[in-house]
Amino acid sequence: MKAATFLAVALVLGTAACTEREQALYQGKAENGKPAYEGTGVSAFTAPGWTAGDRNSWEQELKARAQRGQNEYPRVN
Amino acid sequence: MARMKFICDAERCIECNACVTACKNEHEVPWGVNRRRVVTLNDGVPGEKSISVACMHCSDAPCMAVCPVNCFYHTDEGVVLHNKDTCIGCGYCSYACPFGAPQFPSQGTFGVRGKMDKCTFCAGGPEAHGSEEEFKKYGRNRLAEGKLPACAEMCSTKALLGGDGDVIADIFRTRVITRGKGAEVWGWGTAYGSKQAGQPPQGAQPNGTANGGK
Repeated sequence: MKAATFLAVALVLGTAACTEREQALYQGKAENGKPAYEGTGVSAFTAPGWTAGDRNSWEQELKARAQRGQNEYPRVN
Repeated sequence: MARMKFICDAERCIECNACVTACKNEHEVPWGVNRRRVVTLNDGVPGEKSISVACMHCSDAPCMAVCPVNCFYHTDEGVVLHNKDTCIGCGYCSYACPFGAPQFPSQGTFGVRGKMDKCTFCAGGPEAHGSEEEFKKYGRNRLAEGKLPACAEMCSTKALLGGDGDVIADIFRTRVITRGKGAEVWGWGTAYGSKQAGQPPQGAQPNGTANGGK
């Protein structure tokens, strides 16, 4: 009985060492799987003018923002 | 959407370093790490030119090609990001990058070198958008907040443009046509590919004696 218990414990501990972590390399995708247009969910820091989750509105907002903030010609001329 | 890109207009940059400061402040970048910096050519000489340099988020990124643990990835918008949990701090990306973008903190998990840190185009990293973990490792995720990179938005002379490649190329084109000079966009050929990149200038001597070599 004592030998059987010892054997069982040794077997459990021995096979536990055989487990292995996943070794696949991390390839080209964000872990959260979410694109940027999904937003952060923190409304306090989110710029107004677009809807989180709507890719088209996000793209349009970024384009408008670039023109608004980085192109002074329409404003000056 | 086109790919996200940076343009630095050397005709406008006044070396104020506001882009560097904005980046460090926005992402709470530690001492010794500069995701962006300003380089001045012919400093002090009349006609000096300055350019603001950071990761250009290359279309065919050399850092991505040499990374032995494959920690880099492209987002849907063409931003080159990396996973610090995978990075082993080997420094290969630093040697491969033509812009000197990869930075290594002086203290970190791997002693003197640490895990690589670089410009994220204010797009965070692989963690959940806007999470505390993402901020601690990669800084703010402004793209997911509907904003553009802080460096470009902060630039006082609008020398540094950042955003959708089509949009900022249009802005730059208007500028060049209006002022009539300075159409050479620094780093674009290297970062995004061009027929001229890596080719000798027209009329150059094939044996390299055009400059009167020793």
